[in-house]
Amino acid sequence: MNIFDIIGPIMVGPSSSHTAGAVRIGLVTRHLLAQEPVSATITLHGSFSATGFGHGTQKAIIAGLLGMLQDDMRIPQSDVIADQLGFEYNFEYKTIKDAHPNTALIHVIGKNGREIEVQASSIGGGRILINKIDGILVNFSGEQNTLIVHNIDQPGHVAEVTSTLSHKSVNIATMQLFRDARGGYAVMVIETDQDIPNESIDWLNHLEGVIKVTYLSAVK
Amino acid sequence: MSFKSMEKIVELCLEQNKSFYEIIIEEDINESAITLEESLNKMTQMWKAMIDASDNYNGKLKSKSGLVGGNGLKMLEYLDKKDSYCGSFTTKVIAEALKMGESNACMKRIVAAPTAGSCGVIPAVLISYYQYADISEKEIIQALYVAGGIGQVIAERAFVSGAAGGCQAEIGVASAMASGALVFLKNGTVEQICHATAMTLKNLLGLVCDPVAGLVEVPCVKRNVIGAVNALSCADMALAGIESQVPVDQVIDAMKEIGENMDTMYKETACGGCGITPRAVEIENELRSTNI
Repeated sequence: MNIFDIIGPIMVGPSSSHTAGAVRIGLVTRHLLAQEPVSATITLHGSFSATGFGHGTQKAIIAGLLGMLQDDMRIPQSDVIADQLGFEYNFEYKTIKDAHPNTALIHVIGKNGREIEVQASSIGGGRILINKIDGILVNFSGEQNTLIVHNIDQPGHVAEVTSTLSHKSVNIATMQLFRDARGGYAVMVIETDQDIPNESIDWLNHLEGVIKVTYLSAVK
Repeated sequence: MSFKSMEKIVELCLEQNKSFYEIIIEEDINESAITLEESLNKMTQMWKAMIDASDNYNGKLKSKSGLVGGNGLKMLEYLDKKDSYCGSFTTKVIAEALKMGESNACMKRIVAAPTAGSCGVIPAVLISYYQYADISEKEIIQALYVAGGIGQVIAERAFVSGAAGGCQAEIGVASAMASGALVFLKNGTVEQICHATAMTLKNLLGLVCDPVAGLVEVPCVKRNVIGAVNALSCADMALAGIESQVPVDQVIDAMKEIGENMDTMYKETACGGCGITPRAVEIENELRSTNI
């Protein structure tokens, strides 16, 4: 573990998993949406649901959705700030099947109409794992640049994506492939060492057979 | 990679004739590919955030649940009477530990070290010593690397979280880190740092994580005090030449074994110990009826 994971992070209390990690879940969701969120439905599961109030988990997730970092002193007032900004939200408390005890499911809508549903868990020490996007398994931390491509499961898409990256000298750190059925819906999750330029994202978005491209610059 | 044993750190210190601090910071800048200055700046930020948290303590605040708040202030007032058993320095350490734990519970900004629940231990001893003794900020920053290096080894060999290993893996680890830093600040040897770390961790082996209503409040805030005071006594023992019969790496392994075998009811689930006492159940019911 990095020394600043031991001495640090600087954060608003009281809990690295239930507060700092919850802020990060909101923040990464905001980045995945890639536009100003206007409304969200947030489902809390397990320990998030049971002890969230005392840990400020709800305020922490809202703070993250509004773009605050884990050490932002406004976290305790994030609900008031959300009201001032006209950001609408509501919380539900339900069991999410097969989920880590500290899990939130966020359905968020942006000002330009883009919608995304993110399921994420706070796995300790303020670190998180994005489990699912729009119901499809993904599993990444958001600590690295991450490219998520939803496409039709047919030959050639992996090659198209990787050659687009190599063309821009972007090195792939990790790569995961998922699909719901042969010839069905497939997802690539690629973590990269370098930032991916916007034009490459646009290019991928226009490829035939590609349904949706989401890009997350490393969220520190 | 961070070091897998304290033994390896001692070996490198002796081989290269370097201090514990130098070995740890060199490893950090290599591993993170940053400059010495960048690393030092970041650690200085951590120190400044600890000082800010202490300075901005508000003794009038209560946590959302109402269970904690104001005890740091009570301890400071008691300190002013100059009649405590612990003497002024240790009483100040107790006050600082309470202040930080309470600030954390009240959603103020703190530095997790190694966790938010144990955030009071290291600043309690370092801030108090910094204010009482004639030492520079530079020395304190170096001591923070010593503390961090110890925490890294424990994270590598065992775990640093109540959910994984009980309170021994939070307050116990923070205490071990703090004692090593204290020995370093008084120019103790690397072997003395290891003995202090071993004794400190040994004293808190088996400590369970049993929060009332699952909150980082009861008994967490006051456990920061035992972590801090334990660090002082073990640092003094080590500096007096007292040795731990069980080597530090083996104590860390013992903590891991205990944590792995500890029932999950004692690992931050609020299903055991203080967390299921009749009073805890009452509190939980009160909170449930007023909250969600």
